[in-house]
Amino acid sequence: MNIPTRSIAAGLLVVGLTAVILTKARAGGDDYFPPVADKLTADECGSCHMAFPPAMLPAASWRRMMSELGDHFGDDASVDDATAARITRYLVDNAADSGGRRFGRKLMRGVAADASPQRITELPKWIQEHDEVPRSEWKHNDVGSKANCPACHTDANRGYFEDD
Amino acid sequence: MTTTRDAIGFLCALGLAPAVFAGPPDSLLQGYAAAAKAEDPGHAAFSATRGETLYRTEHRGGKPDTPACTACHGQDARASGKTRTGKPIEPMAASAAPERYRDAAKVEKWFKRNCNEVLGRECTPREKGDWLAYMTSQ
Repeated sequence: MNIPTRSIAAGLLVVGLTAVILTKARAGGDDYFPPVADKLTADECGSCHMAFPPAMLPAASWRRMMSELGDHFGDDASVDDATAARITRYLVDNAADSGGRRFGRKLMRGVAADASPQRITELPKWIQEHDEVPRSEWKHNDVGSKANCPACHTDANRGYFEDD
Repeated sequence: MTTTRDAIGFLCALGLAPAVFAGPPDSLLQGYAAAAKAEDPGHAAFSATRGETLYRTEHRGGKPDTPACTACHGQDARASGKTRTGKPIEPMAASAAPERYRDAAKVEKWFKRNCNEVLGRECTPREKGDWLAYMTSQ
């Protein structure tokens, strides 16, 4: 039996290269939002819901949200001042109209420059992207809330929000 | 052979034992006990039974979708719960989540938030101590 080592090696190389190229394409695509890389922000913002990527809202939104944590969509999410200052800085630095512009630009379409929207799920582009999702799916037991991105976007925690 | 066993025993005593012994730090419990005694001189000890009642009762004093601790944490404290936004919550029982209560500031932060959500007020020191006694017993 003559094992075609060279063919196998060539095949594996092609598969490997394709995987690398696809990964890069995905990471640069419209549906990639870098996940929160700051541990304090990930811990504090990720304890009740997914820690949403900072590039999903403009800096003015994050500033306003961080100043109103006592009533965070009806919940008390307040943190001490020093913690709030550190988290605000991270979110603002990586927001859709600052450090995260390259990723958040498209999602900001239709958002006025001086606006500070608070709900990602009310951004015009978000609504447009999700208009094909039937009402029944939002009510599904495993979804429960529009803030539960990973229920459908299984790779959301790694930054990928492509259609599933 | 004996040497090996001794070595294992030594390593357990050194590294593993603290992880197995789970629960809130003594200083936190002592603080709650002192505060409870200040509020009620008759206060003797925290009670896991009272803590369980606190955990399971439908208080309905806070927000409508969180009438009880169990609304998010579930009926079994040793199992995972789920937030209103669908995110899993690690079990509350100290035996199932040994690191959960190590940071006193974090414990206080969550008592403040969640007592308001469920009871519509902050918890008393005795309630906090009872609740922790129940979770430590689980």
